[in-house]
Amino acid sequence: MTAIDKAPVLFPGARVPDRQRTVEAHGVRLAVYEWGDTKAPPVLLVHGGFDFARTFDVFAPLLADGGYRVVSYDHRGHGNSEHAELYSWQADERDLLMVANSVSPGPFPVVGHSKGGGLLAHIIQALPHRFSRFAAIDGLPFRQNPPDVANRERTAKVREEAVKWLDDRRRAHDMERRPGTPRELAERRAKMNPRLSHEWLEYIVYGGAQQSDDGWRWKLDPSLRMGGFGPWRSRWVTDRLPGFPIPLLGLFGTENEPMGWGVDPEGLRKYLPRNARIEVLQDVGHFIHIERPQQTAELVLEFLNDE
Amino acid sequence: MSETVYLTHGRIDLALHTLRADEGPILLLLHGLGEHSPASLPPEYEGWPGAVYALDFTGHGHSTVPRGGGYTAELLQADVDMALAHLGGATLVGRGLGAYVAVLIAGTRPELVQGAILRDGTGLAGGAPGSSPYIGFPEPTQITPPDPFAIAELATDVRPPDYITEFVRLAAEFSNCPRPISVCASERAPWLSAVVAEIGVEATSVEEALKFYAAQIIDK
Repeated sequence: MTAIDKAPVLFPGARVPDRQRTVEAHGVRLAVYEWGDTKAPPVLLVHGGFDFARTFDVFAPLLADGGYRVVSYDHRGHGNSEHAELYSWQADERDLLMVANSVSPGPFPVVGHSKGGGLLAHIIQALPHRFSRFAAIDGLPFRQNPPDVANRERTAKVREEAVKWLDDRRRAHDMERRPGTPRELAERRAKMNPRLSHEWLEYIVYGGAQQSDDGWRWKLDPSLRMGGFGPWRSRWVTDRLPGFPIPLLGLFGTENEPMGWGVDPEGLRKYLPRNARIEVLQDVGHFIHIERPQQTAELVLEFLNDE
Repeated sequence: MSETVYLTHGRIDLALHTLRADEGPILLLLHGLGEHSPASLPPEYEGWPGAVYALDFTGHGHSTVPRGGGYTAELLQADVDMALAHLGGATLVGRGLGAYVAVLIAGTRPELVQGAILRDGTGLAGGAPGSSPYIGFPEPTQITPPDPFAIAELATDVRPPDYITEFVRLAAEFSNCPRPISVCASERAPWLSAVVAEIGVEATSVEEALKFYAAQIIDK
């Protein structure tokens, strides 16, 4: 356990983690962070793709102050975790379980944002004994109707994605992130996070980027790609949601944005067990816990405390 | 002993073995799940009128074993793409999982694949979309090839038949070869049954398929 230096830039309500440690997941070192009393009941927060645990710097302390030992970690290739040779959904799931093993033999509650929710939804279906409650912050995959396109058009799309995947793999060994000032890094990130303030994005530069001779760079592994390529379909998870084995809270915003999944909460509701709770927050995008930390924390704490 | 070159794929070094150096058409062998390249030219390929190479997939044979898994059939497809970029193109022979990967790459790089021969072998069946959620969690004390993570992950990698047929159609449309895929396997996993039913696919013997592709290339 080590303490973390204060961020050089402050943001209202943000608190750096109280402790940091490392979990070795089959040779890949993962950075793990904790906020709150070490003896309090644990809750694990799982971030989304291209994010990192320090993006919980406002939300996590609210849960810690609500009486929890809040644990989060950086996915492989993200934040302060090591860059790996390979990345896959299953490897991410196994890494998550290694962190969970380091928290408690379980069961304990989990909160997932975006891809973090998608990982958890599948893990809980595979290992229902490990977790007690699941809050998904725009973190449930949705069974969208397949686009109404001709077979030929769909095949052309498969080709385009497959060629791009192979072209990216050919270049993977010499990819490098572009350097810049903290302001420039925040401005670049704003393209994918258009609803988040510049002050917030510059604050997280100090948690997710590093400085070298020619400037700052995001630590995110440059070989990571947006979007998946392969046969995975969200219905492999959604079709099993009616039998979801533990209490579930789904939080959604009304505003669609680049990193969002375009989930229709009403459309999803019919796949959920009757006791699942859905909350839709008005005028909020994909990063619900960053746009409305207080309201999100209240909803999550109410759900966690409802044992 | 075969000569081996190492090709860079991201942070992996892939072992590409020369089983027979020669002029003429190139044959590239892709092993099955948990296997590795043969140490010398297998007798059934002695009649091939050109060079014969064999690739060790990531985590197999002499290729790098990565830390903590992360395998997919799409990654292995990119392994083959590195070999094709090095060789300039080849006729592929895939065993089991290597056969599945051969179809993927035949559809994505039709200009570099002069026919794909699909043979029986390990890893052919794969996972099924209807199978229960499962997370491969090997706990090996010592990792040596084949990587136990590769076996745990790729044996359960889900391969819906209507996904692979997209690649068969791409091969049929864009390949210069009149028969881009030859199925020489007896076991018919659901994905392979779907492949056999597509246009541009012939169920035949390995001997016939090798002769067919050699003749196609030499005629050009």
